[in-house]
Amino acid sequence: MGVVARLKQQLFRWRSDGTAPLRLGQRRIFIIPSRGGLLYALALVVMLLGAINYNLALGHALVFLLAGLGIVGMIHTFRNLHGLIVTPGRSSPVFAGETAHFELRLDNDRTSPRLALELEAEQGKPVFAALDRHKGARLNIPLAATQRGWLDLPRVRLSTRYPLGLFTAWAYLQPAMRCLVYPQPIAAPLPPPLPTPAGGERTGDGGQEDFAGFRDRQPADSPRHVAWKASARHAGEGPLLIKQFAGGAQLELILDWQLTEPGLSAETRLGILTGWVLAAEAADADYALWLPGREIPTGRGEHHRQSCLEALALYQP
Amino acid sequence: MSTPARDALDRHATPWLFATALATTAPHALHQPTWLSALSGAVLLWAAWLWWKDRRLPGRWLIVLMVAGGCAGILLEFRSLFGRDAGVAMLVMFMSMKLLEVRSRRDGMVAITLGYFLLLTHYLYSQSIPTGLWLLATMWLVTATLVRLQGGPASPPRDSLRHAGVLCLQAIPFMLVLYLLFPRISGPLWGLPLDAHSGKTGLSETMSPGSIAELVQSADIAFRVRFDGPLPQKQKLYWRGPVMEQFDGITWQPYKGRYRTPQLAPVSPPVSYETTLEAHGQRWLLALDAPTGLPAETSLNGTLTAASREAINERRRFRLSASLDYRFNTSEEAAVLRRNLALPAERNPRTRQLAREWQAGNPPEAIIAKALTLFASEFTYTLRPPLLGRDGVDDFLFNGKRGFCEHYAAAFVVLMRGAGIPARIVGGYQGGEFNPLDGYLVVRQSDAHAWAEVWLEGRGWVRVDPTAAVSPSRIETGIADALDLGEPLPALIQWRADWVRTLRYRWEAINNAWNQNILGYDPLRQRELLARLGLPDADWRSLATALGLACSLIVAGLMAWALYRRPERDPVVRLWQQALRHLARRKVDCAPWETPLDVARRVREQCPELAVTFQPVVDAYLVARYGKSDQALKTLRDAVAQLR
Repeated sequence: MGVVARLKQQLFRWRSDGTAPLRLGQRRIFIIPSRGGLLYALALVVMLLGAINYNLALGHALVFLLAGLGIVGMIHTFRNLHGLIVTPGRSSPVFAGETAHFELRLDNDRTSPRLALELEAEQGKPVFAALDRHKGARLNIPLAATQRGWLDLPRVRLSTRYPLGLFTAWAYLQPAMRCLVYPQPIAAPLPPPLPTPAGGERTGDGGQEDFAGFRDRQPADSPRHVAWKASARHAGEGPLLIKQFAGGAQLELILDWQLTEPGLSAETRLGILTGWVLAAEAADADYALWLPGREIPTGRGEHHRQSCLEALALYQP
Repeated sequence: MSTPARDALDRHATPWLFATALATTAPHALHQPTWLSALSGAVLLWAAWLWWKDRRLPGRWLIVLMVAGGCAGILLEFRSLFGRDAGVAMLVMFMSMKLLEVRSRRDGMVAITLGYFLLLTHYLYSQSIPTGLWLLATMWLVTATLVRLQGGPASPPRDSLRHAGVLCLQAIPFMLVLYLLFPRISGPLWGLPLDAHSGKTGLSETMSPGSIAELVQSADIAFRVRFDGPLPQKQKLYWRGPVMEQFDGITWQPYKGRYRTPQLAPVSPPVSYETTLEAHGQRWLLALDAPTGLPAETSLNGTLTAASREAINERRRFRLSASLDYRFNTSEEAAVLRRNLALPAERNPRTRQLAREWQAGNPPEAIIAKALTLFASEFTYTLRPPLLGRDGVDDFLFNGKRGFCEHYAAAFVVLMRGAGIPARIVGGYQGGEFNPLDGYLVVRQSDAHAWAEVWLEGRGWVRVDPTAAVSPSRIETGIADALDLGEPLPALIQWRADWVRTLRYRWEAINNAWNQNILGYDPLRQRELLARLGLPDADWRSLATALGLACSLIVAGLMAWALYRRPERDPVVRLWQQALRHLARRKVDCAPWETPLDVARRVREQCPELAVTFQPVVDAYLVARYGKSDQALKTLRDAVAQLR
């Protein structure tokens, strides 16, 4: 930690705020003049000199009124943050490479609105909020998810310049929030279904009992399953279509770490596995996930998918 | 409710900026060249049209070109870019052109700062009460624009205006404190531009037929006087301006050479008074005849005209005293007497002929009486005299017989000089209007007057006012009574219905109080006020301390307001929150979503010894909040009290 960082740590008293709602007190609100404020101050000094030079009594009064306005504006800017209630919310898992959204709830229990609030996570994009009197708002703070695993919400800067823009008031929020980041899926053909006793007989006809319609082709679908005639109707404009059949388990897959190319890096292999999980789920197959040291038995459905992806996200090679 | 980018200016914020630009620049149209107002108006209209059609704003180069063109125009018009008028013209032009390039909120901030600056420039031209009120309203609008700009679309117009109003009102205490306590520096810090004080009306240094009659048509106030004692008789109120001795046949002018020190012998006790002169651009103080006591930085010249060292270019206050009856230069230099007998040859032969006839064997007093009798018999006092030819005095005396005070004074002096009596013209004001509401005597431009002074052996210079012979009411009651209704006098003076007069008195008394106390608050008054507040001999250090203290107090008050949180109204909820705070002190934190029963369960798990006293609180709270029992509140209060 550099000197500047340590100084900042001392000055701003950064610490985790936990998961409980917090009300912004005066100790955590900081305020400095903004660039517009400096311009305003410069204008006031020039105006004061003019008023003195031309001996303008009302000019003095105007300059003093504007100076008072600046001070009052500072207090109002401070008040725009003071007493605001921030409640950490939830965040849905995302794949690496996507943008994670952390939900924060802001509540205004005052009889005056709070406008022009700006929230920005470190290295994130800002979001804006305006709260009416006695109203709250849910905000999703975006943050780029680059790596699989848990993504902790970094410090969030809540700032405002309302009402006059002459001062910037801000507070640092550090709610204990994290978002699960799944590995970035890599499209790869699904491994061949294992010759299981139950499914072996059916692999030939692939469970083609009841035709149920078409679906878009996923990258993991074998070209052999493409319904070429149906796809040709769209003259190549739409995606290729796959015939779907209802009834009976069509496929049963073991998505095994060992089936991926051993020469690839662990992250790539996890990406391929992730792609397989998505493809298998899309193909409506039953699948199991075998990772070294962790085996998730065969299953299907949203819950199964989530536990597989979670295992992949948190896998420690 | 979220807005897009940080610095973006939403579409509906722009009309606010137009309103700001219009309100801050429009009043300047009253005094700036027409082409400039037209140019800024056209640029504003163009910007508004672009906004309306949602068109792209012009490119940077075009704006640079337009600004350069505007600067060139201003340079041509004013021969400078920096004087008062040129500077204001530049600001007005910048303001209108800025609206052609407002793309972001930051551009808006620049325009608003410029707007605040423009507010100040209006005071260069007027500091009256209406100007002050108009600018207060404009400042409110500009501030509302700023609030709207920062608040974005979530701030509807009414809220922006309301919030701006609150901000301005809260700023007023600071203004008052700063106005009273900020160390005042008097006078220009550096040289003022030449046009700093243009457009002042008042008596001029020379007099020709019609010059005073023109001035009289203005109802502007020349000065206000407050006498320490009772108001002297109106016909003795001669406010002395320039004394004109040299006559070229048309124009009268003061003698520029040296005089010896005037010999003034007061006959009556002195009258002291304070006069507040409006700016008139000349040096004389228009002191009451004859001035005896003068303030520092002023002096009396050889013709008893009190003058300040510099021209009076802004409203000034002076303390003076005067002796209404006096003897002045009972012995006079021969050169002065000779000068006051001179008449241009070949001019006004008939007048001089008449004067020579009168001179034969008559003492000076008799000649003066003859002249006054002549005026009283067949002459008319009017603002609209017939045109006079080359021999103006002859035309006036023998043909027209209609004229204004300068005609009478000039004809009288020519007659006297022709008859061998040294005589000269005195310009100034006569009379004034007493305002019973504030005790000030108001002297207007319409009270401008010219009279004569003759030198008599043993008596010195004696004032003779020929106008008094023609129209005694001019001297006794005022010009409005002396002239017929059709004369071109200002309506303000001519309307003499009682209620109009009362209204006017009230308005002028308010204006005077404004001038004396608000605008006239100078370093001297500041010291007086501080002495009265118990801070005698305050230097800038004690002023700064007092200022800091007062401002801190106001800030503390505002902070208390900002930090104040309305307490919970429901006593049941309040007691419950009190109980939860008690738990928090014992390290049992409760989340807001936890029900009372959950909390009770957690307390039992985490802190069993506390549960014994906490359980009754939960039970009582549930009954008080959701049940129907009159006793519940009391039970809850007792239970919470037990927690301690």
